[in-house]
Amino acid sequence: MSVPHAKLPGWAEYGLIPLVNLAVAFLISGLVVLIVGESPLDAAYHMVNGAFGRGEYIGFTLYYTTTFIFTGLAVAVAFHCGLFNIGGEGQAYVGGIGVAVACLALDRTMPWYLVFPIATVGAAFFGAFWAFIPGWLQARRGSHIVITTIMFNFIAASLMNYLLNRVFKPLGSMSLETRTFEAGGQLPRLDWLMSIFGLDLGSAPFNVSFLLALLAAFAVWLLISRTRLGYEMRTMGFSPTAARYAGIGEARIIIVTMAISGALAGMTALNSIMGEQHRMQLDFVQGAGFVGIAVALMGRSHPAGIIPAALLFGVLYQGGAEIAFEMPAISRDMIVIIQGLVILFAGALEHMFRPAVTRLVLGLSPQGRDTAATRGA
Amino acid sequence: MSELAIELKGIDKSFGVVHANRTIDLKVRKGTIHGIVGENGAGKSTLMSILYGFYQADRGDILIDGRKRDIRDPNAAIAAGIGMVHQHFMLVENFTVLENIMLGAEESQFLNAGIAKARAELRRLERDYALEVDPDAVIGELPVGLQQRVEILKALYRGADILILDEPTGVLTPAEADHLFRILEQLKTEGKTVVFITHKLREIMAITDEVSVMRRGKMVATRRTAETSVEELAELMVGRRVLLRVDKKDATPGDTKLSVRDLTVRDSRGVTMVDGVSFDIRAGEIVGIAGVAGNGQSELLETIAGMRRAASGTVTLSGRTIDVCGAADPSELRRRGLAHVPEDRHHAGLVLQFTESENAILGYHGDPKYRSGLLLDTQAIRAEAEAKIAAYDIRPPDPRLKTANFSGGNQQKIVLAREMERDPQVLIIGQPTRGVDVGAIEFIHRRIIEMRDQGKAVLLVSVELDEIRALSDRILVMFAGRIAGERTPAASEGEIGLLMAGVEDGGEAAQ
Amino acid sequence: MDVFQVFIELAQSTIRVSTPLILAALAGLFTERAGVFDIGLEGKMLGAAFAAASVAYILQSATMGLLAGVLVSVLLSLVHGYASITQRGSQIVSGVAINFIVAGSTVILGEAWFRQGGRTPALSADGRFGTLALPFAETLRDVPVLGPLYSGLLSGHSLLTYLAFLMVPASWWVLYRTRFGLRLRAVGENPGAVDTAGISVIWLRYRAVICCGVLCGVAGAYLSLAANGGFTKGMTAGKGYIALAALIFAKWRPANVLFACLLFGFLDAFAIRYQSQAFPLIGKVPVQLMQALPYILTIILLAGFIGKAVPPKAGGIAYVKER
Repeated sequence: MSVPHAKLPGWAEYGLIPLVNLAVAFLISGLVVLIVGESPLDAAYHMVNGAFGRGEYIGFTLYYTTTFIFTGLAVAVAFHCGLFNIGGEGQAYVGGIGVAVACLALDRTMPWYLVFPIATVGAAFFGAFWAFIPGWLQARRGSHIVITTIMFNFIAASLMNYLLNRVFKPLGSMSLETRTFEAGGQLPRLDWLMSIFGLDLGSAPFNVSFLLALLAAFAVWLLISRTRLGYEMRTMGFSPTAARYAGIGEARIIIVTMAISGALAGMTALNSIMGEQHRMQLDFVQGAGFVGIAVALMGRSHPAGIIPAALLFGVLYQGGAEIAFEMPAISRDMIVIIQGLVILFAGALEHMFRPAVTRLVLGLSPQGRDTAATRGA
Repeated sequence: MSELAIELKGIDKSFGVVHANRTIDLKVRKGTIHGIVGENGAGKSTLMSILYGFYQADRGDILIDGRKRDIRDPNAAIAAGIGMVHQHFMLVENFTVLENIMLGAEESQFLNAGIAKARAELRRLERDYALEVDPDAVIGELPVGLQQRVEILKALYRGADILILDEPTGVLTPAEADHLFRILEQLKTEGKTVVFITHKLREIMAITDEVSVMRRGKMVATRRTAETSVEELAELMVGRRVLLRVDKKDATPGDTKLSVRDLTVRDSRGVTMVDGVSFDIRAGEIVGIAGVAGNGQSELLETIAGMRRAASGTVTLSGRTIDVCGAADPSELRRRGLAHVPEDRHHAGLVLQFTESENAILGYHGDPKYRSGLLLDTQAIRAEAEAKIAAYDIRPPDPRLKTANFSGGNQQKIVLAREMERDPQVLIIGQPTRGVDVGAIEFIHRRIIEMRDQGKAVLLVSVELDEIRALSDRILVMFAGRIAGERTPAASEGEIGLLMAGVEDGGEAAQ
Repeated sequence: MDVFQVFIELAQSTIRVSTPLILAALAGLFTERAGVFDIGLEGKMLGAAFAAASVAYILQSATMGLLAGVLVSVLLSLVHGYASITQRGSQIVSGVAINFIVAGSTVILGEAWFRQGGRTPALSADGRFGTLALPFAETLRDVPVLGPLYSGLLSGHSLLTYLAFLMVPASWWVLYRTRFGLRLRAVGENPGAVDTAGISVIWLRYRAVICCGVLCGVAGAYLSLAANGGFTKGMTAGKGYIALAALIFAKWRPANVLFACLLFGFLDAFAIRYQSQAFPLIGKVPVQLMQALPYILTIILLAGFIGKAVPPKAGGIAYVKER
């Protein structure tokens, strides 16, 4: 038994502590900017301006947000069951097969609103399949899911490289990508949504898969907190012994959870393949699967936290491009540093500032002191 | 030279809001076996951990051999001549005996030099104390009794004059415990001082010279063992005379509800834990299973509850066979009227991170009455939880509170309310009052009797013999995975004790 | 070209490719046997490669570069140690974080300092570890069979390669024949046993993590100072993960680590050499399959289809004194 943590009010637990962790991550990023010889304040200005300065910028920000909502949800669902799915990157990549096949087969004969659901199912299916194997190996063979999902990222990279080379690449083409999809394989952009706020989307690829992402977030919330399956996943995540006691099949729940997680990761492919590029390219995921880890940790695995966390990383990605444009010394790799720092401080070091925050919060509010005193008695 | 091996003055220790030790004084005379008794959670282990430098006291002094010592860490304790045998052995399972004994006392940077010396010293210790063990055996392959012997050897190898044993008999068979007692006597004659921590009064009476009693973090008395009695110690431990008799009518058993035939269970290593066990339980009776912990009771309980697969045998629940060797599913058993209060409340019976109302449906969460459409019906779940909170007087009465924030007694009531209120045919209960406060114990015992009187078949497993005798209508004693015999509650403690020690009916020692 | 010469050439490139794997896998061996899992081998190697190349370029000294690489790698190890040992955070999360921080900062800093698109400038001979010729390598070159084996295969590697192969028996000796090794293996299995024996679990684990940092540092320095003449963006290219796979494949044992790394190195060397060649019976083997093979093999092993890899029992769990 350890000394019980004093209970913090919800706003501090889910608001203040993540903010403090985030602030420290940004502070250190600012130091890196200083070392490089630029002004962190200028960088911050360019970042905010680059992310929100124009309707087009906002469109790009939300485009990235869409991707990160999917990958963040994927990691979060697995977290609830006590599984660390590092394989979102590979699952999203393989999920692209489903989108590409649906689009290549149907884009000339069907309108987008018929291709979209089929592509969604395809993306989810292939993503789920790529997560199902590690899930099965964990459940039935006891292989550690972290290791297998890492390995599956590499295997996915090799597999996709092979497929793009040998299967998807049109004859005579040099670049590793499919042909460009016709109208049926192109998702409409959300100009109407932006124009409600009087904004012009410009060339930003902000598209309907954003709405699917929001829907997925709501569905994940329902799944986790309001369904029997979610209840069983959480029981498993907190206590495998209790799950066995309650008659929850360990293997089944692990495999199902991983499949759901992989399906969410797979759907990431919709946004970039059908929403932006209108073709599948080599390495189109570009690390979004790993960003999902940071997003899930920041958002504390709750959909209501994941959406703002995904938005934050959307801002970083879009604003980071602007910084790279305005300040040549700072390339977009800056985002990768920030992402790493967020994972470090919101994840591995999440408790570092808790004692200080607890002292501060409970010291300030009188009823906080009372609850701290009565608890644990 | 002092008369006293250990003297503690005003030791005080808190963990957060838990005051584990309150100004404790203790004197242990040299060359004696000194018992320390108290209920679970009385603060015995904390006190000994302070003496061994595992924790630091907030206040107070430690005197070893009359000299004040600052025991900051286990190193300082070892230097002061203190050795400790922990309740959970501190051994590296894939190391050999020799490697375990050398760990932390290697003599030099390189192992080769120390190995020869360790072998010689080990041979001497074996000779002097009759502690034979193969130095090249791998720990994980040794039986528990030998592993404990390695722990004792570890302490002696480091030159311990004072040996602390924390609940050493909990994992031992009676024969192994007897052997341990002989070793301790031998250590005493060699001039070593032994501190023996237990909550079993019989052991205290059997081997100690003096005994100190702890209650709720306080040291309440020290007695010469020869001048005290089990009754007096029990009263000191609990603080008031406890009524071990629970008022109940005679049982009126009906049809057989649970029937176990030739059940054999092996653990993951393939060791037979339950060995051809058969018994019946009828409606309206409580059958108690007594035995030293680790004789197969836990495995028996888990197998009947569907949490563990049997190797062979059959279990029949209300006339229908359960596939205990194959796909017995706890939720299917629940639907057929089997309720299970598991031994391990914290890991199996509850999810401590869940709210009270979430735990109130654990295992029954698939019941259609908790569902509305595709979703769980949170309102129905909460309403039912509130009803149970009122019926079982669970405090604080808040179904939205995290379960970890309830006391042990209230947590157990959450489990009992869930299992008993389903109106089961058969109720199986493991360690119903472990870590539960006295007030809740009486409540829980009363509920168990009520279940019987409502015509349920009850299977009760407990390591507390008093509890078994007070509640059961029939007592089965388990030893080494088998039923060593059956007795009525009227049988004497000594008679049941013999069975627990493996002396089967007919007077022959089983092995 | 005769078969023997092909063999020598393949073996030579296998040794070259295996060197950083061996060093990194041994690095992982030290920390994982002590109970601290580390998927940040990749990041530490990359950070070390960058630091080594930068310092070697500025000071025109390979030795100083090596030291700088080791220093940076040890510092990163200490971050991992602080997060996972002191703060008891998730070891996996901490490793992932370090990989990203390094991946980003090597490019940003490299660009700021050298302005060559994330590369460091090409190193002169002084800044590199050249190849060493073993004694009599030249004289023996023309002796049949032995000559190519000695002069062509054993001779002509960098100092760091010899060091890597030497580290295999050295690591075995440290782990199994010294007090430090005994304690290190114990703390990965049952930290409680170490704690009650009067040994600090925290300090012991920190020392294991530092050992890991040193070896990863050498691995990184090898990449930028010996295998290549400078640092390029993301030059570890997943070698840290292959090393991790090799460590698991080796079931956390030093001698097995050598063979696992040589096997994975061979697959890589083979794939590079024969990427478009057809073989009898099987035809053309896609290069992508060869690249994925180490991971596939590790997964098959992990799944228990060929033997069973049992990790150190206390691995991945921060030590908390029980009450």
